[in-house]
Amino acid sequence: MTTTLPAYDEVVARYEPVIGLETHVELGTNTKMWCGCPTDFGGEPNTRVCPVCLGLPGSLPVANKAAIEATVRIGLALNCSIAQWCRFARKNYFYPDMPKNFQISQYDEPLCFDGYLDVEVNGELVRIGIERVHLEEDTGKTLHVGGATGRIHGATESLVDYNRAGIPLVEIVTKPIPGTGALAPEVARAYVTELRDVIRSLGVSDVRMEEGSLRCDVNTSLNLPGEEWGTRTETKNVNSLRSVERAVRSEMLRQAAVLGAGGRITQETRHFHEDTGDTTPGRSKETATDYRYFPEPDLVPLAPDPAWVAELKAALPELPRLHRRRLQEAWGLSDADMQSVLNAGAVELIEATVAAGATPAAARKWWLGELSRRANETGVELADIGATPAQVAELQGLVDAGKLNDKLARTVLEGVVTGEGSPTEIMTARGLEVVSDTGALTAAVDEAIAANPAIADKVRSGKVAAAGALVGAVMKTTRGQADAQTVRTLILERLGAQG
Amino acid sequence: MAAISREEVAHLARLSRLAVTEEELDTFAGQLDVILQAVAQVGEVAAADIPPTSHSVPLTNVLREDVVTPCLTPEEALSGAPDAEEQRFRVPRILDEDVAS
Repeated sequence: MTTTLPAYDEVVARYEPVIGLETHVELGTNTKMWCGCPTDFGGEPNTRVCPVCLGLPGSLPVANKAAIEATVRIGLALNCSIAQWCRFARKNYFYPDMPKNFQISQYDEPLCFDGYLDVEVNGELVRIGIERVHLEEDTGKTLHVGGATGRIHGATESLVDYNRAGIPLVEIVTKPIPGTGALAPEVARAYVTELRDVIRSLGVSDVRMEEGSLRCDVNTSLNLPGEEWGTRTETKNVNSLRSVERAVRSEMLRQAAVLGAGGRITQETRHFHEDTGDTTPGRSKETATDYRYFPEPDLVPLAPDPAWVAELKAALPELPRLHRRRLQEAWGLSDADMQSVLNAGAVELIEATVAAGATPAAARKWWLGELSRRANETGVELADIGATPAQVAELQGLVDAGKLNDKLARTVLEGVVTGEGSPTEIMTARGLEVVSDTGALTAAVDEAIAANPAIADKVRSGKVAAAGALVGAVMKTTRGQADAQTVRTLILERLGAQG
Repeated sequence: MAAISREEVAHLARLSRLAVTEEELDTFAGQLDVILQAVAQVGEVAAADIPPTSHSVPLTNVLREDVVTPCLTPEEALSGAPDAEEQRFRVPRILDEDVAS
């Protein structure tokens, strides 16, 4: 069925959206939540498993202290209260991604609850209420086989790898967020971005959406002004910051079309499709599984010592939002310039490049210029481009020392990105250093003058602008390895003209 | 009135993937009813100031350090599996069920 979608402006003029976000973060602990199996990414199937995470009879879980601490720190950074006493719970369901046939989670007693996170949207602060932060375990990975498509529909069997099963997973749930109007999609994105930055600043997870260590579900509903909140849908499979924004927007449009045609919204799970940017229905919540939660009998309750919690609170790092403001001032950037840096995901990269010795302006130039362009072209995150802040600082050092000009520096950077080595190594190996030997340069200049007598005459007669063509000729014979300004000065000297 | 209906027992059996015959439903409903009524009697005795007990041992904060311990080999891990393929557990596909997250 295809319906014509209304215009976004009309949707927000007529309806008020309410959004909510559920985010899952895989913690970067050394070991799993209930056993000592390592959590490193990408091992051969079923090589990070033991009787506990395979749910073998007689095995008993013991909670990972580092995971509890990380969760409390996330809760504190999100201004939550920390439970003085809470329990884990069994969430029972029938699916082979958990070998126990249940997931150990938390139910009505989350470790952290009732907090908030302030996020900036278009220069305004929006306070997002945090309902709860709880700790659970991640599931195994299933591969569906036997069908033609490799997808679950048509598959006859599933192959399961339990390496990921039992990795500590923190779930962060917002309170419903009303009143954002047309900005709802941007607020959703800003929240997930800020949450990611907060968690990264705590050093408890690498929070990479593309690798699944940060996953997000988006709840959306629409209501007419003055009326009760509408029926909400939950969109899963939202795997990038951009998708968070797109998913909210596309679901607002879809729901407005349904409501506008006199229909009603079904409470359901929907799946976001990265390629088309729209959502399709999944399982209907009206036949939702009965999870039969009950307190986990194999784990004793948690009772975080208030003194320990106070210590963790006192040791929290500066909030990313405040940290960014400090950097913006230190770098002397306008709000718009800082926004470009943020949009490019370059804050930490520039910060590290400056720490490695480059000026803020130079660091920003490389990360927002050449490297951002390349990241966009190849579709990778800037942080994964292949050049490190230290290498960028080294490159700029070579430019400042007059060993590389801008063009050569870009060639060297290209080599850095493709893994040829450090800037100095590449410059030396490929002979890209600026020709500073004046004898060689003078010869090249004389050659250019001799080859272009008409232009040389023009310059002699005072038309200094014509020297550009001679500079070009010299740059060509030196394969770009001369400093253009030095060449120009030399030409003008030889022709007796004043620059 | 019975503390648990025949329909509720059938629902629980389905959730637990237990194949239960019509006769067994009657039997189990009766047995579970007796158990629930016995528990309800305890509930009557418990005063409002006594919280429900989930753990009989008064312990909290039993935690372990975040230190890696040896894993099973894939061969050991898969040794009890009815079927395996590509070093993975091979199971019949399960459809129409929620996936925990």
